[in-house]
Amino acid sequence: MATVAHTQTSAGQPGRSGAGRWKPFQIVFWLACLIAAIVFPLVFSSPAITTIAFFTLVFAAAGTAWNIFCGYSGYIALGHAVFFGSGCYTIAILCAHWHIAGGWLPFAVVPLAGVAAAIVAVPFGVVALRTRRHTFVVITIAIFFIFQLLAYNLRGITAGSSGLELPIPPWSGYVFNLPFYYVILVILILAVVTSWFVRHSKYGLELLAIRDDEDRARGLGVRTGLVKLSAFMLSAFFVGMCGAVWAYFVESIYPNTAFDAQFDVLIALMAFLGGLGTIAGPLLGALILQPVTQYLTISIGQSGLNLVVEGVIFLAVILLLPQGIVPAVRELIFRRFARRDAMPVAPAPPAPAAVAPATEPNPPDSVAAERS
Amino acid sequence: MSLVLQGIVTGILTGGVYALMAAGLTLIFGVMDIINIAQGAFVILGAYLSYWLSVHLHIDLFLGLFITIPVMFVLGVILEWLLIRPLKRDRTQLSILVTYALAIIIEGLLYFFFSADNVKLFAWYTTQSIPVGPFYLPLIYLLAFALSVVLLAALYVLLYRTKFGRSVRATTQNRAAALLIGIDVERVAALTFGVGVALTAAGGMAYGATTPFTPNSHYDLISRLLVIIIFAGMGSLGGALIASVGMLVIENVTSLLWSPVWASTVFYVLLVIILLVRPQGLFGKFATRNQ
Amino acid sequence: MSLLQATDISKAFGGIQALNACSIAVEQGSITGLIGPNGSGKTTLFNVITGYERPDTGTVQFKGADISKYGPDRIFGLGIGRTFQLTRIFPRLTVTENMHVAIKRKGLASLLGRWSASSEHDRALQLLQFVGLTHLKDAPAGSLSYGQRKLLELAFILVAEPQMVLLDEPAGGINPTLIGQLVERIRELNRQGMTFLIVEHNMEFVMGLCNRVMVMHRGAKLAEGTPEDVRANPAVLEAYLGD
Repeated sequence: MATVAHTQTSAGQPGRSGAGRWKPFQIVFWLACLIAAIVFPLVFSSPAITTIAFFTLVFAAAGTAWNIFCGYSGYIALGHAVFFGSGCYTIAILCAHWHIAGGWLPFAVVPLAGVAAAIVAVPFGVVALRTRRHTFVVITIAIFFIFQLLAYNLRGITAGSSGLELPIPPWSGYVFNLPFYYVILVILILAVVTSWFVRHSKYGLELLAIRDDEDRARGLGVRTGLVKLSAFMLSAFFVGMCGAVWAYFVESIYPNTAFDAQFDVLIALMAFLGGLGTIAGPLLGALILQPVTQYLTISIGQSGLNLVVEGVIFLAVILLLPQGIVPAVRELIFRRFARRDAMPVAPAPPAPAAVAPATEPNPPDSVAAERS
Repeated sequence: MSLVLQGIVTGILTGGVYALMAAGLTLIFGVMDIINIAQGAFVILGAYLSYWLSVHLHIDLFLGLFITIPVMFVLGVILEWLLIRPLKRDRTQLSILVTYALAIIIEGLLYFFFSADNVKLFAWYTTQSIPVGPFYLPLIYLLAFALSVVLLAALYVLLYRTKFGRSVRATTQNRAAALLIGIDVERVAALTFGVGVALTAAGGMAYGATTPFTPNSHYDLISRLLVIIIFAGMGSLGGALIASVGMLVIENVTSLLWSPVWASTVFYVLLVIILLVRPQGLFGKFATRNQ
Repeated sequence: MSLLQATDISKAFGGIQALNACSIAVEQGSITGLIGPNGSGKTTLFNVITGYERPDTGTVQFKGADISKYGPDRIFGLGIGRTFQLTRIFPRLTVTENMHVAIKRKGLASLLGRWSASSEHDRALQLLQFVGLTHLKDAPAGSLSYGQRKLLELAFILVAEPQMVLLDEPAGGINPTLIGQLVERIRELNRQGMTFLIVEHNMEFVMGLCNRVMVMHRGAKLAEGTPEDVRANPAVLEAYLGD
């Protein structure tokens, strides 16, 4: 869990401090996660459980993709359901158009759905990314509603509220969920690897600089418009693929399920819970929240009380753990390590009163300072 | 031609109701720097409260406001204290998630208590129409509009003629300076949130008397309200009033002349065009820097 | 031909005329001071030169080319770096990461490479050494003191080896020892051929460091000359005492 955003502080200079000795642990940790994910549906093969596992991975992948743009750049978008829905409709329309029957073939359309979502992200981004902070958040919400309306109204393409059908998968019984599970697992792995690459690249550093002070970054030669838009598209690409796999799994889509307002909030909350801008954060958030949400929907979804419980969980997460689990845990671990090593570590300086622009929250963690 | 005129008149009348709801939203934004995503849910909650009072206690819709407005005010103050005030860092972003969660909770509770069925508020005046000039107008539209005008006027007096209003305006302009001159900014924030939510009680009643609603309707409402306040320029109260009326006029005229299905899309498209030209909205003062 | 030439720049905000047909020229290799009472338009002029504000009228030329329509990223790429009056760094990135943001890479492929490439990293460390921040290289920049932030901001501008550097109140709010260090650095860079344009209220600093001084008043240039000339100019004194 330590392979997260700020530990890269010294990743470029091996053998110096902190991150270096964590590396073996990180590799073991991620490998263990991978093996667990591969074995899971074979061990817990009940369809009820593998269904929940599938939805969890959909959200883990979508949350990771959301984080690639929103977590790193600090632009909180609440309109990624647009890309999810675009992915859903793309796969449905293409399968119908090309007369693709159920089986493995529809999965081949999934990357195209991702591309379609990335294309949708261009006009969306051009409009929304001109604004900042609140206005940006609100505009992503507004654009989301535009797309939902379009899905209802463009009957010629989307069949309006009667929805679209997807090819019926030929698998049955205990193996039904497995193809979906492993396909979404591959997408998740790709998303995580992409997120890792972005975080360690010069490109990712530019995104983080935009998060901290966009105008300053621009004044240092960062082509902020291009960087933001491309990250937005990258994020949309993966979310679109998630939508496509999800659509094939649920077999029929409607404007309000493909373009689902709750999806917007859910992935944001998962990232917040795990830790915004960290690689493991969205994964962890999805792993914790998604099974709970699924279970609640199944058990008390009829009464509406599932919404109440979900809402209360969200509130608890935001109010009690605003910085997210991963940063909190990381701080704990490093604090302990610093003590045990009995190094003459200077206490972390108190969070500086922000002389920086008013938009700037205090630094999220004083971990790096403690290690220096 | 008379069709257009009718569209314009209905647009202005219903726009008044939206102005009431948007005023609360933009007021809260101005003072507290947060966006209350639950504003739509509060409106629906207000509508259900009026519904409950009229069905179970047979209290007239307008008289019921004397109960629901204070109740919603208190609810707003409590929620601000409970949920918004504890947010210290990343306030803006977290407050959006908090109020979104709040909206989901309200929606869930309404499902639980009132089911997902369509509901509409009824009173003797909700079914009457009266002749105004060349056409008949539903009486409730006129009453709802009158209610909005009265409450917005009251809001104006509160903001521009009272000490509390001065504190609110000072806090809106410069929070730090307001603190320096001894304004209890936290108290102002709590009361403003209360006022903003209280307005939804009236807005909800007016909305529910003119439109059927379900617990789910808040999504539609908040999307419209958000569009209105971005369109106006966030934090601009006058702008919100103009944008509300403008939106509803455009929607009504499109709906009558072209198709009801596309009515709200036109407004959304207009929003996108406006934003391309003026990212800060029509009446927004604080632009995004360096555009 | 001057290195930087701003001609007839006007800029209004609402009803306030921040710049009023302002013209200045900065010579290659000079350290030019820009002084004037508060609100005389110095920072706005900086913003116009560096692309943060579009002038209403007038042109800015750098090495003879018109740059008045370029954005800040492009102008930085052409070789003009600047600092801000209220220092602007990236508080949640470490000091080293801050340095790397300013390093220019060409092409998409290289952008996808790790930010900590060794040659770039050496350069970043060198400059941190130059401003004396090496010991803080892994600290989050947000934990730096005000003066250290100023040094960091200067250092990351230097990464790109600009021909010209605009400093907005470099000595404001930092202690005398650091000011001395800063003066040393500026002189050294100037000897290597870097041109400076400096807005500063600390007269001792300006008069001691600059070889040319311009005085702004009410959005236009009031006087120009050597520090001695400007000090002796009665109009300048009046501008400061008047209003």
